[in-house]
Amino acid sequence: MTVETAEQIDAQEFARIVESHRPRIFRFLLASLRDVDLAETLTQECFLKAHRNWKQFRGESSAMTWLMRIAINLQKDHWRNRRVQFWRSTQANSVDVDEASQWLPSGERNAEQQLLAREQVAQVWRAVSRLSERQRTVFLLRYVEERELSEIAQATGLSEGTVKAHLSRALGRVRAELKGRQ
Amino acid sequence: MKKQWAQEIDDAELSEALGNFKASVSAWSEAAGNRQRTISVTVRHAWRRAAVWACGCLIAAVSVGAAMHVFHTPSRQQAVYVAPPQQTGKQVVPQKVEADVHQAVAVARQDQDLMATVDSDVSRQVPAAMEPLAQLMNESGTEQ
Repeated sequence: MTVETAEQIDAQEFARIVESHRPRIFRFLLASLRDVDLAETLTQECFLKAHRNWKQFRGESSAMTWLMRIAINLQKDHWRNRRVQFWRSTQANSVDVDEASQWLPSGERNAEQQLLAREQVAQVWRAVSRLSERQRTVFLLRYVEERELSEIAQATGLSEGTVKAHLSRALGRVRAELKGRQ
Repeated sequence: MKKQWAQEIDDAELSEALGNFKASVSAWSEAAGNRQRTISVTVRHAWRRAAVWACGCLIAAVSVGAAMHVFHTPSRQQAVYVAPPQQTGKQVVPQKVEADVHQAVAVARQDQDLMATVDSDVSRQVPAAMEPLAQLMNESGTEQ
């Protein structure tokens, strides 16, 4: 096999990975940041970084876990920079919790059920917005992206025990919010 | 579809809320991912870039102008400071030269007068035998 053919196969494989994983990476970043433009920008950066380092990806974890790790690091860098620079602008661009909770799939629900679902979603958003960055990341990876605990541990660089502890605390906050406590 | 984490949570309300939350985030990201916004972003960036370039050029022009102004201002001051000695020099030097010239002219005139007197005295003192010839010379000199 020539070098050119190998590169073509690599490019095709990477294009397939972008196509299949992009929506999930974008969804995770959108849920983390609540900012559509920023989530799109960081998603682009994530795949750009992945493309540059594609040859170093040895397949020890799944491509999704590897990409998620890059996305988490980009998000961390972003928050770190924002904290130093001008974090209020992020807050200004972020979508309000109540506005974010308006999104629901058009299913077979009546008006009352939709109202109830929106209220529940708003309560979860409120609880999530009060979580620490690490708790929020673990919570979203588990309950939105539905990742296995081992995958979350790999993506975040934490042990499985720490991941479980963060999840437990995060769930406790959500439960309290649903019961009307804070 | 059964959630992976559903069996971990025994609270039905919590489980339902988490399911709704996931569905809501998915619907939002799908809608946001499908929207078209490339043109507006590109135009905004082009406009910003042009504005940044214009500001950069303006700052550069002002800097160069200020530098030129600063560069020229000390030389004027220097000229002002230098001028007085030049002017006094100009006033002093011609006066001295003029006096020297006057003195030289006066000396030259005195010398000329003296020489003329000597010439006439010398020309008058001729031997008696030569007196007629001298008179002839004077007459021919007056004729010229």
